[in-house]
Amino acid sequence: MPPPIRRIALDRAPTVAPGAASGNGHPPPAATRSQTARLRAARPPVASVRERMALESVWLAYGENWVVRDVSLTVRQGEVLALIGASGSGKTTLLRSLNRLTEITDGAARAGRIALDGQDVHALEVNSLRRRVSMVFQQPNPFPMSIFDNVAYALAEQSPARGRRRRRRTPEIERAVVHALRRAGLYEEVAGDLDRTALRLSGGQQQRLCIARALAAEPEVLLLDEPCSALDPISTATIEELIVSLRESVAIVIVTHNLQQAFRVADHVAFMHLGELIEYGLAEQVFDRPTQERTREYVSGAFG
Amino acid sequence: MAQVPTAEEQVPTADCQVPQKPARPSVPVERPARESTRSWPLADRIFYWLCWATGVGLCLIAAWIVLYMMVKGVSFLKPSMLVSSPKPEITQQGSGGFSDPIVGTLIIVAIGTALAVPVGMGIAVWLSEYARPRWLARAVESTLEMLAGVPSVVLALFGLLVFSQGVLSFLSESSVSGGVTGISFLTAGITMGVLALPLVVTANYEALRLLPSRVREASHALGKTRITTIRHVLLPSIRSASATGGVLAMGRIVGDTAIITILLGGGVNTEPNSGFLGLLRGTGATLTSYIYYESPAGEGNSHEKAYAAAFVLLLIVLVLNGVATWISRERGGARRSIWSALGWGVPWTR
Repeated sequence: MPPPIRRIALDRAPTVAPGAASGNGHPPPAATRSQTARLRAARPPVASVRERMALESVWLAYGENWVVRDVSLTVRQGEVLALIGASGSGKTTLLRSLNRLTEITDGAARAGRIALDGQDVHALEVNSLRRRVSMVFQQPNPFPMSIFDNVAYALAEQSPARGRRRRRRTPEIERAVVHALRRAGLYEEVAGDLDRTALRLSGGQQQRLCIARALAAEPEVLLLDEPCSALDPISTATIEELIVSLRESVAIVIVTHNLQQAFRVADHVAFMHLGELIEYGLAEQVFDRPTQERTREYVSGAFG
Repeated sequence: MAQVPTAEEQVPTADCQVPQKPARPSVPVERPARESTRSWPLADRIFYWLCWATGVGLCLIAAWIVLYMMVKGVSFLKPSMLVSSPKPEITQQGSGGFSDPIVGTLIIVAIGTALAVPVGMGIAVWLSEYARPRWLARAVESTLEMLAGVPSVVLALFGLLVFSQGVLSFLSESSVSGGVTGISFLTAGITMGVLALPLVVTANYEALRLLPSRVREASHALGKTRITTIRHVLLPSIRSASATGGVLAMGRIVGDTAIITILLGGGVNTEPNSGFLGLLRGTGATLTSYIYYESPAGEGNSHEKAYAAAFVLLLIVLVLNGVATWISRERGGARRSIWSALGWGVPWTR
């Protein structure tokens, strides 16, 4: 049973699907399904879809506690992959393992292989990996600097030779910052004064600034950990449109507790439960015709 | 923003009257009556009044000290005292001013702060961001706690022992017979730095611990190293706490007497040899040691000078305290300050 949702259509006014009956396990009404198909067709087509990251039987643990068990997935550029599941199902841990942020936590252990463009991520230098696989967090967390410096901070190369010098605003950096802000759909709102502190922006603007910051270093994969859970519906809609429009140039993985959101933005959906990957497939398939009983219960709101 | 303007949000046209909202409610405002202690049990009332009395008593004592010193200080302080050196005369008129002790105080504060602040911030960063191995971090923490509890006179005595070692003779002038005295601005300043170190570490360490881990993660997720994160994100975030720690350290150094009397000599004049280094290796006085010297307990026994100097010292301490309060109040975002105007507000409190 799909939740009452709309898919994002970039080139038309938002359409709200007629609310489906609340989850009781019946097959969805035909109207909802056909509407879904219609809205999906309205999403901007992507020229090419190609594989960026591959997870092969990945296991992750904190201490002796295995929180992700034997997960295999593919992350493709040109698509949005949504990880859904109840709290404690290992979604965030799995997401953080993609750019090795799990390593910050004491006692983190792993097994299996995570590859970025065919290369094992653990063979890469960790900071260059994180520049290629960037992340946006649940809470907007701009740094206590100006808007410009927030984005420029992500850009700056770390060369010890000029470490002590103050970074100059070269036209190059300026262009890159403006480009990143434009991609995050924030530039028009802040163009007047890039030097004011980022902390005075609204929550939604701060989160888009964080996305701009994550995009600044031109990553290949963008990880989003519940990016809208601290935001109001209007900011959420803006960011969802942004996610859909970005998927052409960067592979996107989003963790969300919001099923409607997953349905609105995702091309593929992975449903996790207690650390295991229960179901992985196209969004329509997972929401409309789940093959697993657990998935059907979760997407219809029986638990979670 | 994909905001669809609703009817309410549309800009009112000229013929459309927008009702003015009144500044105050037109209905009667109700405020809860102030609670009276009359209904309380007797024991509660007695305890309440005891607490009240102690608080008021403390304020009275503080006000008494400040007022008394102000009256005495203003009546005895002459501007010429601030610029003339103390002279070895018995009479009040001939004994000069206390420019040397003022300069001495500034030198000692400069040396002590210049040592305590960077070292203290380094220790705080290590304790909060690295702290490996664990046992060493715990040892450092308890050492700092112990150091904070050591009386400054004990510290001074130990400093004298250390600084009179031959290896450290470059820090102080040697006596005529060639022995290392261990008494100089440098040795006293260094000991003051050790004295103030726990204050600086605590202020910075507490602030760093209060920063949520997502701040660090955000920087790491952008592919930044720990050092870059510390320099460009963490330290700017705790700017106001660091400043408060620095000011507290200065206040501590300004007020200490024991270290000065033991490690800076008993005189009231700066006795420089030649040049800047000669000055730093020479002996001298600070306001605290000058007050002691001129008090009825000291050799000078010129209480008017002592009151005047005490007034100046009190002013310095009050100003430093005021600066510390002002900086730390800005933490809560209660008011706009120079720091937040420069874009250095404290972000992680929301």
